[in-house]
This record gives sequence, structure tokens and C-alpha cells, in this order.
Amino acid sequence: MTKFLLGHYGYWFVFLLMTLGFYGMVVKKNLVKKLIGMNIFQAAIIMFYLSSAGKWKATIPIVDPAIGTAGTARYIDPLQHCLMLTAIVVGVATSGVAYALLITIYKRFGTLHEDELVERMKNDLDME
Amino acid sequence: MTWIWNNSPALPVVLLLPTAIAIPLFALIERRLARWLALAVSLTTVGLSILNLVKALSLGPIHYHMGGWPPPIGIEYVLDPLSAFVLLVINTIGFLVLVHAKKVVDREIPESGKHVPYYAVAVLMLCGFNGIVVTGDFFNLYVWLEIASLSLYGLIAVGSRKAPVAAIRYLILGTIGACFYLLGLGFLFTMTGTLNMADLKAILPAVGHEPAVVIGLGLIVAGMGLKMALFPLHGWLPDSYTYAPSSSSALIAPIGTKVGAYVLIRVLFFIFGTAYVSRTIPVTTVIGWLAAAGILYGSIMAMAQTELKRMLAYSSIAQVGYIGLGIGLANPLGLIGAVLHLMNHAAMKALLFLVAGNFRTILGHSDIARLDGSTRRRMPWTTAAFAVGALSMIGIPPLAGFFSKWYLALGAVAKKQWIFLAVILLSSLLNAVYFFRVIERIYFARAESTPQLPGMTAGACSGLTLSPLSPIPSKGAEYKSVASRPRLERRGLALANGSSAAEPRTEASASMLVPVLVLAAALIGLGVLNAFIVKGVIGKIVTSAMF
Repeated sequence: MTKFLLGHYGYWFVFLLMTLGFYGMVVKKNLVKKLIGMNIFQAAIIMFYLSSAGKWKATIPIVDPAIGTAGTARYIDPLQHCLMLTAIVVGVATSGVAYALLITIYKRFGTLHEDELVERMKNDLDME
Repeated sequence: MTWIWNNSPALPVVLLLPTAIAIPLFALIERRLARWLALAVSLTTVGLSILNLVKALSLGPIHYHMGGWPPPIGIEYVLDPLSAFVLLVINTIGFLVLVHAKKVVDREIPESGKHVPYYAVAVLMLCGFNGIVVTGDFFNLYVWLEIASLSLYGLIAVGSRKAPVAAIRYLILGTIGACFYLLGLGFLFTMTGTLNMADLKAILPAVGHEPAVVIGLGLIVAGMGLKMALFPLHGWLPDSYTYAPSSSSALIAPIGTKVGAYVLIRVLFFIFGTAYVSRTIPVTTVIGWLAAAGILYGSIMAMAQTELKRMLAYSSIAQVGYIGLGIGLANPLGLIGAVLHLMNHAAMKALLFLVAGNFRTILGHSDIARLDGSTRRRMPWTTAAFAVGALSMIGIPPLAGFFSKWYLALGAVAKKQWIFLAVILLSSLLNAVYFFRVIERIYFARAESTPQLPGMTAGACSGLTLSPLSPIPSKGAEYKSVASRPRLERRGLALANGSSAAEPRTEASASMLVPVLVLAAALIGLGVLNAFIVKGVIGKIVTSAMF
């Protein structure tokens, strides 16, 4: 058990970060804080992938003349890094759309606090 | 021609993506080009989907290697009967809704500068859905999922004043869903070292007992459950569908949630296999019970709604539950029911949301309390199509909706799940209650009883809460006095006056009527031909699943 806990210590930090982000998304009342939580959550998943690519006593996946192409076990797996580049791009796009929405909301209702927003929308005239 | 034949699996995506980018550019030359371009590419994808379905049915699964790279390294696109079938459903509905969109977009999106981007984003969304369905690679699926989701948020946000709030709520929940999927995929990837579906399927039996695989599967199911609005994860749906423009609702409701269901079916029955997901790790049992709860919850909430679009939104939660129930049964009959309902519900919900769009465009509202005999006289075809759609939702035999419920019921009997059977029967009754409420108003209410106070529905938006996990707004707030709301009153009175004048027949224009009538005819046709579809297409899907 101790070995399991210690052997995966990187993952525990990742899951801590994930919980933090999730907490921000669900509990925080300010929409910007919710989005910050979302970004932390996404970053935690990126860390999860990257830490799963790690290897002891291995080097970056660029051919090293000292190792050659035969000893592939001595290189870390580059696939996770490539995947996470895509995931980062997706995260940036999501944040972009989200902040555009927040700007619209702020222009229309003058607040980004959830409770005030609900209150102001109740008094809003538009019915559709 | 051989070029098209050889590359047909990739062509829908390859055509849709550049078109989405080209639409704003061409619109600089001539604004009307935006809509025509969207229609043209959408019609092309319908043609390609038919070709793909024929290919997949006659030649068996087609594996298309993107860029010529073989599978475990490269990304492959797979056309088996299931993906080809879902592709055809998605593209057909997408095309019909785009045909319908013109007047609705003109009316419901006030800023004319947003019309061109609207078509571009709609095409981008279709592209994302096509990619999700056709890809044979799990990470590629994630990317397409996010492309589709980001477009969805945009399509919702251009609606009414409150739409951006519904959209941001959906964005937060949708991102949680996508992140869960990505995280689950991470677990599977660390255990198997592959992202290719076929490869993963081959490796899974060796590592199936590992806790990491179980966690990964659970996270993927939770993420997709969120995307398909499975019962406790449906919080984003009602507000999004209500405040989005009607053509957005008509795109999202039939297609958006179905894609989540497709991914679930793909992962559970084609990758993990029924034995694993129903006995080793009883995921499907959980899905089945949640779906059953969702069916009842959605139907009951739908009865309480005063606004047609909101009622349809809650009804969507219930209908997605049927698909979940079919998945939950995890037997061939249940899968037939789920896949058949995927198609039938897509046609029914598209039809009903398009009718709601017609009501909003012609009458200026879609409040159930203000529909009556005059609505029928003004729009005889639209209301007739609505009746067909509603009867199909209830499950009146010659119409399509009956048969999917029939197979689900047979599946429940085969599994001796009597509670599921009871849920199906009870929910049909509840469907009848809330749809007959509308049909009754349209066909039997006298026009003289019209002047319901326009404020009856003002609160349809009332308690929109933002916290992703908060419960659905309570109904109490929906009936509100409106006397203190001058703008609304003026608008309402103007409408009331308009409808009390001798009603001329003001049926919707051809572009709005034809898709509605096509869908209504399709419901009858799909119902009559259901034995043919089940035998010819869905039978092949079921035999290719891992039972």
C-alpha cells in the first residue's frame, strides 16, 4: 500500500489539482472564477498525460548517437506530448469562446456574479 | 468517380471543414452565398452518406487510412454499418434544418451581421459530428467532439438575451464532460498504449481486470452521459434549448445528444463488449436505471411547461432516456431499440422544433396557452405536421416512434426487466398527456378563448441558475404578473390584437414548410418501412456488435 502511494506520488498531485479545478468550477459563484477552475482542471489533465509519459533513465525522443535507434526503451514516449499540444489548443479555444460569452453577458446584465445574474435575469423583460 | 468512391469515408469531413472557413469569405462577395454554400455542402454530405451506407452494407466495414498511414500509428476512419447509419441520420437532419433556417435566423437573430457566421458555425458543427461518428481513433474523436461542442456553444449563444448565460452554463458542463472523456482515455491509453479503437479492442481482454481500465471506462461513460444529457447530468439542456434560436435547437436536439449516445454505444458494445460492460463491470445496469429515472423525470417536467420549446427540451431528456434504456438492456433487442430510436427521435425532435420555429416566426410566440383553433386555421400544414410528430412521440402504431418503443419493450421482456417495461408504458401515457395538451388547444380550443394574458409565459426563463449542479429552476416562478412590464405588455397586446382580427391564412413560407412536411412524411415512411430498416441496416449493426 505504501509502495503504491509513494510509487504514484506524481499522480496524487495531479488529482489534487484536478479536485481544486473541479471545486472552482462547481462551487465558485463568479463566472470568471469558474473559468479559472476550468483551466486548472484542463491543466491537471495535461499534467496527467505528461506524467504518464515519464520514464526513469530515459532521454528526450530525439535520436542520440550514443543510444542509436535500437534502444527505444531509453527514449520517452513522445505521443502524449503531441496529444497534449492538441489539448492545449482546444483549451485555449474553449477559454476564448467562454470569455467572449462572458463579455456579452457582462454587457447585457452588468454582472458576472451568479446570484446577481439570476436576480437580474428574472427582472429582464425579454421572454424568449 | 472512382476517386469519390475510394475516398468517400473522409470526404464529408474534408468538404465541411474548408466550407465552414470559406463561407465568411464568399459572403464578402455576396451575402446570400453563405446560405447557399452551407446548403450545397450539406446536400453533398447527404449524398455521400447514402453512398457510404450502401458501401458499408454491401462491402462490410471500410477502413480508410488518413494520409495512407496504417492504423496503430496513423488515424483511420472506419465505416461500419453503425457509423454509416448514424452519419446518414445526422447529415439528413442537418440539411433539412439548414433549409428551414433562413426565416428563423432572420427573425430570431436580430443582428444581421451574425447571419453569415451562423451558417459557418452550423457547418462547422456538422463537420464535428461527422468526424466523431466516422473516426476510428479515440483522440481524434476528442478533437472532433470539441470542435462540435465549441460550435454548439456559439449556435446557442446567438439566441435571445439570456442565451449567452445558458451557453456559458453548457460550456462549463460540456467542458467537464469532455475533460472526463479525455481523462478516461488517458487511463485507457496508459494501460494499452494505443488510441486506435480496433487496436484497443484487441488489447483490452489482457488488461480488462486492471482498476485503471475500469476507472477509464467509468470516466468515459460519465463524460458521454453529460454530452447526451443522461438523467442526473442533464442540467445544461432545458435552458440551452429554450433560449437558442429555433434552428439551433432543431440542430442540437436531434443531433447533438445522439452523438453522445453513439459514442456510448460504440465504446460499450463495440470496444469493450457486452459481457464486460454488463457482467464484469455492470456499467450498462447503471445507465439503464439512470435512463429510466430520466424518462420519468423528463416526462413529468415536460407536463409542467407552458412554453412549447421548453416542453420539447424536457421531452428530449426523456427521449434520450429511451436510448439510454436500450443501452442499459444490453441485449440485441435493446440495441435495436436504441439505434432505431436514435433515428426516430432525431426525425421527431427536428420536426417538432422546426414547428416551434414556424410558430415563433409566424405567430411571434410559441406559448402553449396561446395556441388555439386560430393557429390551426392560419397554419394548417404546420399544425398537421405537428400532430404527426406528436402522435409519433406518443407512439401511435403506424408512426415511427411506436416501433422503437416496441423493440425496447421487447428487449425489456427478454431481459425480464419488468420495471423498465412499466417505465416505457407509463412514459408513453405521460407523453400522451403533454402532447395532447397542445393538440387539444390547436384542434379543439375555440379561437374566441384566445386572449390569454400575454404574460402567462413571461417567466419561462425565470429561475435560470448557473451552478452546474444546481437543480432545474422551480416552476413556481413561471406564472408571474406582468403588469409592471410595459414593453412586454405592449408587445403582447399587439400580438393579441393581431390574432383577434379575422385570421387570414398565413402559412409559413415554402422554405420553412417543406422540411417540416418532409420530416412528417418521413415519420410515416420510417414507421411503415421499419421492418425493412431493422432487417436491412440495424440487423447488421447488431450482428457486428459484441454480444
